[in-house]
Amino acid sequence: MTPTLAGRIQTRIFVTLIIGGLWTALISFVLPNTDGAAIGDVYKITFRVVAAMLVLGLLWELLYHGLMQYRWEKDWPSFFGFWTAINEGLLLWILIKADAVPDVPKELPGSTFLVHFVTVWIVAWLWLQGPMKIVTPRWRYRGGRLV
Amino acid sequence: MASLNPPGAPPAVSGGSGELTDHLLNTSIWSDGDVAAAGIPIYDVPFITVGGGMGSFALVDTLKIAGVPSSQIRVLGQNTIPYQTYKYLCANSQIDENTRIRSDSSSVMDNIWGWPGYAVREAFGKRPEGFFKPLWSVFSEPIVADYWTPQAGQVFHSIDREMVRIGWNEMLVPGLVRVIRRRYGGGYFVLHTPPPGTTPTRRVAFRCNYVHVGVGYPGLRFLADLQEYRQKYNDYRHVVNAYEPHDHVYEELTRHASVVVVRGSGIVGSRIVERLLGDREKHGAQTVIWHLFRNYVSGPTGPPRFRRYGEHGFAYQGFNFSRAGWGGTIKHQIEKLEGPERIAFIRSIGGTNTPWRKEWQEGLRKGRAGGYYRTHVGEVEEVYPGENGLIVTRIRSTDGAVLEIPANYIIDATGLEGTTDDHRVLADLLKHGGAGKNPNGRLDVEKNFELRGTRSETGRMFASGSITLGGYYAPVDSFLGLQYVALQVADELANLGFCKKIGPGKSVAGWWNWARNKRI
Repeated sequence: MTPTLAGRIQTRIFVTLIIGGLWTALISFVLPNTDGAAIGDVYKITFRVVAAMLVLGLLWELLYHGLMQYRWEKDWPSFFGFWTAINEGLLLWILIKADAVPDVPKELPGSTFLVHFVTVWIVAWLWLQGPMKIVTPRWRYRGGRLV
Repeated sequence: MASLNPPGAPPAVSGGSGELTDHLLNTSIWSDGDVAAAGIPIYDVPFITVGGGMGSFALVDTLKIAGVPSSQIRVLGQNTIPYQTYKYLCANSQIDENTRIRSDSSSVMDNIWGWPGYAVREAFGKRPEGFFKPLWSVFSEPIVADYWTPQAGQVFHSIDREMVRIGWNEMLVPGLVRVIRRRYGGGYFVLHTPPPGTTPTRRVAFRCNYVHVGVGYPGLRFLADLQEYRQKYNDYRHVVNAYEPHDHVYEELTRHASVVVVRGSGIVGSRIVERLLGDREKHGAQTVIWHLFRNYVSGPTGPPRFRRYGEHGFAYQGFNFSRAGWGGTIKHQIEKLEGPERIAFIRSIGGTNTPWRKEWQEGLRKGRAGGYYRTHVGEVEEVYPGENGLIVTRIRSTDGAVLEIPANYIIDATGLEGTTDDHRVLADLLKHGGAGKNPNGRLDVEKNFELRGTRSETGRMFASGSITLGGYYAPVDSFLGLQYVALQVADELANLGFCKKIGPGKSVAGWWNWARNKRI
């Protein structure tokens, strides 16, 4: 991918909220360590996690964009797009444990977070590899901008 | 194909010779009466694409997906298959169907969406044993693996399928376009010469509102000193251009120990050197290669945020332009530039360069160590006949030292060029059609690839491909570049009411039709 800054931001908002949101609506039913909790209560937490992913993700994009300027091709390989799950997931987890993410209890079980975060990430990443281009054929020529 | 694919019954013609008259030749804007008086039959088709190659194919594919019926489109060109010229040039420059070209996995010529890319298709085509390699390669490119690139044959076969799906042959009118002229009252006349005997008159005219010009490279570029040698000594056998047929060179090299001089350090030069080195390994050739560099890149160049890697003479990058030139920050930067500044920037992200490929590096390393791959830097002063039928290249280095290299063969791998003035249709557009040149000497186009100065009332003329290099989009001469232009032109035609815009719904439906190989 060869994003512009505006493209990064717009794409990140789209995939996190729409793709991540849809996926979260489904996966919340089967996340581990949620036995007995009402789906409404699970949603309250999982969607806040998605919101936190978005807020932090936008900050990460600024960093990535800066780093990308040191690449001659000015591209952001899908390989980076995949593995940056590690730094982003770790930071979010640390913030949750530090009770720094509003309305997400720091007691959130690690397995619940891990399965949720990783699957949202993979679904969003897969979406960007193909389906995104089918829905928006101009997206790849516009540095990821949607509007 | 002998048929003209007439969009209706052949029009009646009265009088005239059916030939291009002096009156027509000297008149920049033709009236219907002018053409009729010459006895040239007129066919009405709203959209004409001139060329019939990859540029025409990309655009027609997009228009068909946008819902334009075949009856509204005619493709005028000499070739029956869109990749015919491309394949010919590939074959000459030693790229057969199994050789990997320099193109991205998602630059899929038969699919405007870029998905599934060639890597995914190769994985599924070669499963189970060949399933993971392309997927891993495209997933980890260019960090772990080199950029994954498709084999030429895969591109050809994918176009074969899409050609049938969009009914290419029904839209194709074989022959050679002679001129394109504006028409009184709007639109254009495209004067076409079908193969002899297929039409009652030698010429036929297509009256249209929209024209696309995609004629490809006007011609080959030869290094002046080599061209001079060839003409002076009538030797076209030992001094060859990489883009013309020259297989005899490789055949003879396997029979006799020889010295070959290669000029050019771009992708073609790389492939020629790879072939020469490969023949040593595989066929026991005893070839010594002298690779001549005019600009020797010994290390990375440029400031930290604009630094291109280079080594051993070559400037390295994945594709012919910095990758973001297709659709990222670089593309947006170019769109803001004008005149010489734009040309300078386009050169700085392109120029002579070649991809870093592990196997090529290995071959060059062995060649350097074994003394059979040698490089030299300098300006060639003269090429002249030496003793024993050898051809001597005399080079002067920047320090003034002179080296004379006697060789059995010289291969010019400096590239495909040629000027717009060399092409009859383009030269005519510049003289009569209102078209102009950009600061790079090619045709001047708008950001949507409309040819500046050629408007004819509601009529619009567009151009794509290498003839537009130097405009607001750098990689015009690439698969993805041609598809980008096609989408731009289709969007403009949608604005003008010729077709529907490919929005999300149409796009998804179009892709679904493509996936099912549904005829459109």
